[in-house]
Amino acid sequence: MVCHSMTIRPVLGLFMVALMLGAADPGVALAGDTLRIGMAAEATTLDPHALNIAPNNAIGWHLFDALTHVDERTRLVPGLARSWHVVSPTEWEFRLRDDVQFHDGSAFEAADVIASIERVRRLPNGQFSSFVQRLIDVRAVDRHTIRIRTATPYALVPLDLNSVFIISHRHAEAPSANFDQGSAAVGTGPWRLTRFERGERVLLDRNEHYWGEQAHWPRAEMRMISGEQARVAALLGGDLDMIEAVPGSAVVRLRNDARFTLAQTVSWRTLFFHLDQRAQVPALIRRTDGSRMAVNPLTDRRVRLALAAAIDREAIIDKLLDGTARPASNLVAPGVFGHDDSLAVPRFDPAAARRLLADAGYRAGFNLTVAAPNNRYPADARIAQAVAAMFSRIGVRTEVASMPINVYLGRARRGEFAVALLGWGSFSGDLALRSLLATRDPSRGNGTWNWSYYHSADLDAMIERAFAELDPDRRAAQVRAAMHLAMTDQAVIPLHHQNALWALRAGLRYRARTDEFTFAHHVTD
Amino acid sequence: MLSEAAARLLQSLLVLLTMSAVVFAGVYLIGNPLDMLIPPQASELERAQAGHALGLDQSLITQYLLFLQHALEGNLGRSFFSNSPALGLILDRLPATIELALSAALIAVGLGVPIGIGCAWYAQRFGTRVLLGLATLGFSVPTFWVGLLLIMLFSVQLQWLPSGGRDASGHLFGIATSFGSWRGLSHLLLPAISLALFKLALLIRLTYAATREVLQQDFILAARARGVALPRLLGVHVLRNIGVSLTQVIGLEFGALVAFSIVTESVFAWPGMGKLLIDAINSLDRPVVVAYLLVTVTLFTAINLVVDLIALVLDPRLRRAGLQ
Repeated sequence: MVCHSMTIRPVLGLFMVALMLGAADPGVALAGDTLRIGMAAEATTLDPHALNIAPNNAIGWHLFDALTHVDERTRLVPGLARSWHVVSPTEWEFRLRDDVQFHDGSAFEAADVIASIERVRRLPNGQFSSFVQRLIDVRAVDRHTIRIRTATPYALVPLDLNSVFIISHRHAEAPSANFDQGSAAVGTGPWRLTRFERGERVLLDRNEHYWGEQAHWPRAEMRMISGEQARVAALLGGDLDMIEAVPGSAVVRLRNDARFTLAQTVSWRTLFFHLDQRAQVPALIRRTDGSRMAVNPLTDRRVRLALAAAIDREAIIDKLLDGTARPASNLVAPGVFGHDDSLAVPRFDPAAARRLLADAGYRAGFNLTVAAPNNRYPADARIAQAVAAMFSRIGVRTEVASMPINVYLGRARRGEFAVALLGWGSFSGDLALRSLLATRDPSRGNGTWNWSYYHSADLDAMIERAFAELDPDRRAAQVRAAMHLAMTDQAVIPLHHQNALWALRAGLRYRARTDEFTFAHHVTD
Repeated sequence: MLSEAAARLLQSLLVLLTMSAVVFAGVYLIGNPLDMLIPPQASELERAQAGHALGLDQSLITQYLLFLQHALEGNLGRSFFSNSPALGLILDRLPATIELALSAALIAVGLGVPIGIGCAWYAQRFGTRVLLGLATLGFSVPTFWVGLLLIMLFSVQLQWLPSGGRDASGHLFGIATSFGSWRGLSHLLLPAISLALFKLALLIRLTYAATREVLQQDFILAARARGVALPRLLGVHVLRNIGVSLTQVIGLEFGALVAFSIVTESVFAWPGMGKLLIDAINSLDRPVVVAYLLVTVTLFTAINLVVDLIALVLDPRLRRAGLQ
C-alpha cells in the first residue's frame, strides 16, 4: 500500500508542471479583447473556392474580399473594385482599388483577380465554377484595371463576381489543405487567420491594414455550436458575447432579459410551396373516395388561388414562429432586387377559397398530401401540419408527409410530391425565378429546382430579357414584371420570409444582415 | 492467447466488412449525397461533373468494390464535404471523445464501486436505501435532460463552469489535452458528470449485488474470524472476487461510452466523433460514416482484448486454465 503513494507523487508533480506550462500557452487569448461568437454551423474548409455553402462563405468573408460586396440590405456595393461599367454589350471594365494589401504585405493587383478566377474555374470539385463560366476572357489592362468579356450580353457579371473570393496569385496552385492549416489563407479581408480548429472554432486577429472600415475588436473567436440550446446556454452563461440563428423558443426569454439584446431583420430566405402542375395527375392527389382523378386539379389557376387563400399566414407566424417572420407576397424578400412591392400577400379568406374550388368544379374537394422536411427550416414540419389543417377546412382533405432533408431532397427532385415546401434565398429576383419557375432545361441550368414543373413561355422570355439587360433600372422593371406574372398566376404559394436573428450581450450592437451572415467586423459597442 | 487474438481480429474484420456493406446500402437508400452537396444554382452539367468526380455515377456494386480495393490499400476515401481524408477527420476528433469517455468512466468507477460495496456492507442502513433509490433514479433520467439541468444550474445560474466547448490549449506530457489546464478541466467537468451518471447508477447496483453474493460465502466468514480489518476485507478479499465480472462490464460500458456519447456531445457542443457522425449521416457523407465504423469496431476489439487480459491477471483460475 505504501509503495503506491511513492509512485503517485512524481506523477502528480509532473501534472502540476504540465498545468503551468499549459497556462503559458500564447495561443490562449485574453478574454477582454476577444469577441466570442457562437456560429450555428461549422465551416468544413477554409478554401474559399471549394464548397459553396453558407458556413464556409461566412468565414471566407472574414479572411477574403471579392470585387463586389453586398451590403446588409443585399444591395451590390463596391469591394476590391472601386467601380465598374459596361464598355460594350459583351465587355465589362472593373477599376480596382490601388490601396489594398494582402495579409502578407504584398500589394493587391489585377494578376490576383485573374489567378482567382482561373482557380475557381479549374479547382477539382470546386462549386463556384457556375459564377465564372460565362466569363470567356479576363485580361488586365493595367495593374489596376481588368476587362471581362462574355459571349452574349449578361447583366449579372458584377453580382456573380460577388461569389469569387480573391486570393493572392502566389497561392493559386495551393491545395485546400494549405488553406486549412493557414499558409495559403492569405487574403485582403478584415481579419487574419490565427488558427482553424475544424469543427471547434476559428481564431482571428484584426487586419490592422484593412482598406475598409476596421474591425472594432483586436481578436475574434468564432465557435461552432450547432445545437440550438447549447448555443443559447453558452450566451446565457457568459461564455459567448453573441450568437447567430437564435431559435424562436429562446426569443421571448432573451427579449425580457436586460443582460441581452436582439438584432433582427427580414432574411432573404422565402418559404413557399411548390405545386406540381404537370398534366399527369400526381400520385398524392386523389378523389375523396380514393380513386384516381382524370385531371390534375393543380393545373387550374382557381384551385391554386383557393389553396393560397386558405392559409392563415399570421397565425402560422404568431403561433409557430413566435413572430419571427413576416408574410410573403414575392419569391424574394422585401428590398431584394426585383421584389415587386405592388403585390399583396394572398388574403386569408376560407369562404372565397371554397367558392373558387366550387367554380373550378371541385365542390366535393379532393385528397392531397403535403410534403415537408422536418429538420431544415424553423418549425418546418409543424408549418406543414398547420397548412394541412387549413386546406382541410376548405374541403381539400390533406395529410402531411414529413421527413429528414437528406431523404426529402432526393424524392422532391424525382418529382414524387404534389405539394412540397421549399426555402430559397437569392440576391436577385431573376436568379430565383430562373431556378424555381423557368421551364426545366437542365443543360442551361434553367428550372433546376422547378418542382412545380411550371411552364410559361412568357415568363421564360421575360427572364431571358432581364439577364441580357445591362441597364440596371430597366432590368429592375423587367424583373418586377416577371415576378408579378408568376405570382398573379399563383405558380407557387409563398408563405413567409423568415427573420434573421442574433442575440448579443447588452451594450453590443450588430448591423443585422438580410443574407444572414454573421460578420465579426460589423459588431460594435 | 495468440490464436485467440487472431480469431478476434478475423471476427472484427468480418464485422467491418458487413457493416461497410450495410452503410453503403443504407446511404444509397436514404438519398443521393449530391442532393446535399451541390449548390442550388448549379446546372445539370455541373451536377454530373461533381457526381463523376466523386464516383457517384457508378453502380452501387462498383462503388463498393472500388471502396474495398482502396481500403485494402489503406485509403478509406475522402469526405465529400471537407475534401479531406475521412479517417483523418475521425482521428482528429478521437482524442476529444476518449477524454470525455475516460473521465466519465473514472467518475463512474471511482464512485460507483466504493459506494456499491459500502451499500452491500451496510445493507440495512437507511442511507443505503436512499443511495440505491437514487441509483435507480439515475437509470431512469435521460442523459440530455441531466445535461441541460447541469448547464442551467452551473453555467447559467451560478456561472461557475463553462456551458460547453472544449479547451485543449493546455499540454500534459507534450499532448494537447483538456487534462492539461484548469480551463480544460473546467470545460470537461459538466459533460463528464452528465455522461457518467447513468454508468454510475449501473455500477452501484451491480457492485452492490455482486458484493452481497460474495459476502455470504464461507471464506469471508473465515477472514472475519481471523480478524482481518474491514478496509482489507472489502478492499482486497471482496474486491478481487467481484473484480472479474466488474471488469467485463466496465470494459463493455467504456466502449459504449465512446460510441454513444453523441447525445452528451451535442448538448455540450463537445467536438467529438459522435457529433461528426451525426453531421455525416445528415449530409450523407458516406466515407466519414464508414471510417467512423472502422474506428469504433477497432476500439471495441481492443477493449475486449484488454478486458480479457485483465481478467487473466485478476483470476488465477483462468490463468491455470489457459496454461493447460
